[in-house]
Amino acid sequence: MLMTRKSSNANLKRNMVLFGWLMVMLMAASAARAELLIRITEGANAAIPVAVVPFAESGVMPAGDKVSNIVQADLTMSGEFQLLAPEKMLSLPSKRSEVYFRDWRLLGQRYVLVGELTRSGQRVEARYELFDVNREQRILGETAGASASNIRSLAHHISDRVYETITGEPGVFSTKLAYITLTTSGNESVYRLQVSDIDGQRSKIRLESREPILSPAWSPDGKKLAYVSFETGKPVIFIHELATGKRTKAADFPGLNSAPAWSPDGQSLLMTLSRDGNAEIYQMNLASGKTTKLTNHWAIDTEAAWDHAGRGIFFTSDRSGGPQIYYMERPGAEPRRLTFGSRYNARARPDSKGEYVYYIHQRQNTFHIARRNLKTDEESIITRTGSDESPSVSPNGRMLIYSTQQDGKGVLTVVSADGGAAYSLPASEGEVREPAWGPISR
Amino acid sequence: MKVSAQNKAFAMLLSFGLVAGCSSTGETIGEGDYGYESGSDVAAIDEDGGSTVYGGAEGEGVSSTALSDEEREEARAQAEQAALRNITTFYFDFDTSEIKQDARDALVAHARYLSSNPRQQLRLEGHADERGSKEYNLALGERRAKAVERFLVVNGASRGQIETVSYGEEKPAVRGSSESAWAQNRRVELIFK
Repeated sequence: MLMTRKSSNANLKRNMVLFGWLMVMLMAASAARAELLIRITEGANAAIPVAVVPFAESGVMPAGDKVSNIVQADLTMSGEFQLLAPEKMLSLPSKRSEVYFRDWRLLGQRYVLVGELTRSGQRVEARYELFDVNREQRILGETAGASASNIRSLAHHISDRVYETITGEPGVFSTKLAYITLTTSGNESVYRLQVSDIDGQRSKIRLESREPILSPAWSPDGKKLAYVSFETGKPVIFIHELATGKRTKAADFPGLNSAPAWSPDGQSLLMTLSRDGNAEIYQMNLASGKTTKLTNHWAIDTEAAWDHAGRGIFFTSDRSGGPQIYYMERPGAEPRRLTFGSRYNARARPDSKGEYVYYIHQRQNTFHIARRNLKTDEESIITRTGSDESPSVSPNGRMLIYSTQQDGKGVLTVVSADGGAAYSLPASEGEVREPAWGPISR
Repeated sequence: MKVSAQNKAFAMLLSFGLVAGCSSTGETIGEGDYGYESGSDVAAIDEDGGSTVYGGAEGEGVSSTALSDEEREEARAQAEQAALRNITTFYFDFDTSEIKQDARDALVAHARYLSSNPRQQLRLEGHADERGSKEYNLALGERRAKAVERFLVVNGASRGQIETVSYGEEKPAVRGSSESAWAQNRRVELIFK
């Protein structure tokens, strides 16, 4: 039953025999059965007006979505731009000499993207230019190419370049999401760890199990996922190399092995272990396997996450009676409580700049995602849904993904970091939960 | 002869294969007057008192003659313990791992049983409702399982007989997002192996 593409690790082999992981199927790459759909639920206010003119084409383009449509969708999804519908455009330029700034000014546009695609053999080359309408200047002019089967990557790259040119922040349209889907029929549950683009497209199943999988966490280089799998009958932390499908057990101590979080240098994992009796936070050096205990309290300590600088650690503890967010300035330092005023605050996830931290926050019996300004300590609820869990911040800090319930089913929702715009990613079948936003790969 | 409820329960006791352990703790019925066969589907008792009790695996095949008052009282107590041990799921309040008052008698019965059957292994599965964070719930489920483990150990079970695992909110007993579903999902299940 066990299918694995590569398992050179002797330990892994021995364990496979020991535990008889009958129901685990590993797939380095395979088609998804529970695809994510995309549903824009809320438009943005105060968004920047941008026109993405349908790209000119020379040669036969691959079937499916067009590059300029994907760029439009990307920019819309970010919640920061208002896209002009192509039917409202007065002309469809594809190069500088065809752009009449006055027309675009009349249409209220701030920026215009034009471009042309050329098919050459198995490749598609794109030449694209971005113009600032007010200044009547070209602010971006580039070419990029990809294989014809990979035009979504090409489109996301163009979106990233446009986003960065306009906002000064890196775009995240080429990044990936990891998440868990759950399909249930009768008493049969199937959990799948999947990875997709941030619009839910091109999903691939990485692990399939009849036992729960949770807490996927990206390595800083985006090449590996750490997660918790119950496939052996208890929570064990695995590290999964995405390119090869090779897996290793990172932590399999008695009791809990959970809540993995990578250090910014990728050399160690924060994790929750209960091998000494109750849930404490440890740091494991991945090269040596050596663990250092960072908390020591009779209460539950879990859900650790490094701060943006990789110096301090946020975590959840119920040492005050209920779960609250704590921060230790360096590993092992005396923790300081950050959250008050609600009986339940948990699972903190900081942004990449040290400005905000996001967490689950209970208010009037409903669970929302709250955002806290780390300088002013100002706290605001940024989600309008309820039963919200698992916040994960985009690597540029401008968007947040979390899981929530829609019609009694788990869906993923993406909001801008202030909660303004939103889109949701329901699964075509079953439920989806535990999103983790991957890093920008350079 | 009429088959009394007590005797039925007594037979059920036997059918559970529990009696063998009793002799070691002095809780024997009729001061060791009875001989049993344990570990088989049917345990038979046939002694001086003239009563014959057959305990079948499905609780069938009971016939009996009168037991003494003392024996009856003992059987009643045994039946009560057996009934208590039918309770294998214990519930908790939101975000607590405190064992409820009404769970204690049943847990004591389980602890006695474990103590009398040192080779019996028990798996404790801790669970939480869906609210709040998954990882915190995983730790909460474990704390619930450990609370039950401690209670059993204090009451006579041995730590080596018990393993605990937490599923957090991953394996709800009941689907849905109502108070009643949540209450049924905040639980520890005892699984005898």
